[in-house]
Amino acid sequence: MHPAPSVIFFTVFSGMGFGLLAFLGLGFPAVTGLLAFAMYTIGFGFAVGGLLASTFHLGNPKNALKAFSQWRTSWLSREAVLSVAALLMMAVFAIGAIFAGVHFTIVGIVGAALCIATVFSTSMIYAQLKTVPRWNHVTTPLLFLLLSVTGGALLAGQVSFALPMLIATGAVQALTWYLGDSRFAQRGSTIETATGLGMIGKTRQFEPPHTGGNYLLNEMVYVIGRKHSMRLRVIAITLMSPVPFALLLLPHNHIWAALAVLSHIIGVVASRWLFFAEAEHVVGLYYDKR
Amino acid sequence: MTELPTSTDRKLGLVIDLDTCVGCHACVVSCKGWNTENYGAPLSDQDAYGAAPQGTFLNRVHTYEVQPPEGAAQTVHFPKSCLHCDDAPCVTVCPTGASYKRSEDGIVLVNENDCIGCGLCAWACPYGARELDQAAGVMKKCTLCVDRIYNENLPEEDRVPACVRTCPAGARHFGDFADPESNVSQLSRERGGMDLMPELGTNPVNKYLPPRPKQTEEIDILAPFLTPVAEEPKGFLKWLDKALGGD
Repeated sequence: MHPAPSVIFFTVFSGMGFGLLAFLGLGFPAVTGLLAFAMYTIGFGFAVGGLLASTFHLGNPKNALKAFSQWRTSWLSREAVLSVAALLMMAVFAIGAIFAGVHFTIVGIVGAALCIATVFSTSMIYAQLKTVPRWNHVTTPLLFLLLSVTGGALLAGQVSFALPMLIATGAVQALTWYLGDSRFAQRGSTIETATGLGMIGKTRQFEPPHTGGNYLLNEMVYVIGRKHSMRLRVIAITLMSPVPFALLLLPHNHIWAALAVLSHIIGVVASRWLFFAEAEHVVGLYYDKR
Repeated sequence: MTELPTSTDRKLGLVIDLDTCVGCHACVVSCKGWNTENYGAPLSDQDAYGAAPQGTFLNRVHTYEVQPPEGAAQTVHFPKSCLHCDDAPCVTVCPTGASYKRSEDGIVLVNENDCIGCGLCAWACPYGARELDQAAGVMKKCTLCVDRIYNENLPEEDRVPACVRTCPAGARHFGDFADPESNVSQLSRERGGMDLMPELGTNPVNKYLPPRPKQTEEIDILAPFLTPVAEEPKGFLKWLDKALGGD
């Protein structure tokens, strides 16, 4: 699948932003006043910035408001509804914390739950697609949720919580790759099932339907960079998990903490790039490509 | 509404005969012609006369080579457009309600006034039946020529999808699969109409008729009359043959 930068930034940053907002909503840390203002700015900045970035890949964004209407069937619509609900709920909580120095506990808990639900619905947009076997698995929401919580813990300065989460995230990331690599073959879709010609024999493309590219090939049969995937995987998982883990073990210092966050973000961006670039859509079978 | 209807009154769709299709791409051209001039945004092209032309098409013809366990390989031309699935995954993922399946005839359509161009429906479709138009930014797909089949301004024989009307080989058939006696139901029954990628559970309405098995090792009855006649040349030709070194 085509790794659109807007979607990579949206999923990485909104995930971390909602993770941070969830921690703040639960009172970890229970900040007030100016410090609260700074932390909520980061939380809302990441979450809203990510959501805005996601509109850049729309072909026709003027209809964006209509995306709130189909929550009964569409995970994308659910994500839109939940994200706005989460942001509004957390805005109420943030105003109380910043300007009145009070924490509306119930609002914070509900807001945190909505933040996590938003990240879950984001992950389900991908996990629901049977056409992309690599994504169509429980590890997709699991990894998205773990990354959100880990990123949130890092941004919220919850070091003792972040340490085990970093390890868990790295482990689930490795598991996701390991299981994902064989899933396309396991699901059994081949050029023979795609064309129905398997009943006659072995099938191959003789002539493509068009000599140039098209939307389908650009969007769903993106093969550029896959040959570097092994190296990128090592970079991604190292920066995402062990490097920030080691930095957090050093004597506490804001520079190490900031570097840990930075390293984690770069690792997650690389991982999210691979999430798209390595995902193979079954439509590629019609072109004898993966 | 992106909830799928539990059932549709009619199931309009196509039967595509892979035995008959000659791969002329006339259906591709007529589809583009009709649908760029009629319902919805035109089907745009980018860099049409440049080095890397691309464009939006609702129907494309692939060509495959199939190698049976025994005998010669076969070439199969394979037109592919929206299959108007009963369990259309493209419809339920749509966040705006722009994609829908009609309960009256089962046609899957996009309301372009509601489409945000997110592309998720194209991701959800296993068949590559949806293409996001790069000029209009909205999703385009086969409408089963909904603006022809009910159009009383057209002569009756033209009230079929453009691809069906134009096919010179008669490889495309349009009809109602809900009626067991319709042309398409009968064809599908008799010729073993098949679903594409049935493992994905989309329940396509359109059916593909597999190529008929090719006869092998059976020589035409006229073949003996075509055996080469190679008699020894005489006279001048014999001399010429010798002079040219033929032996």
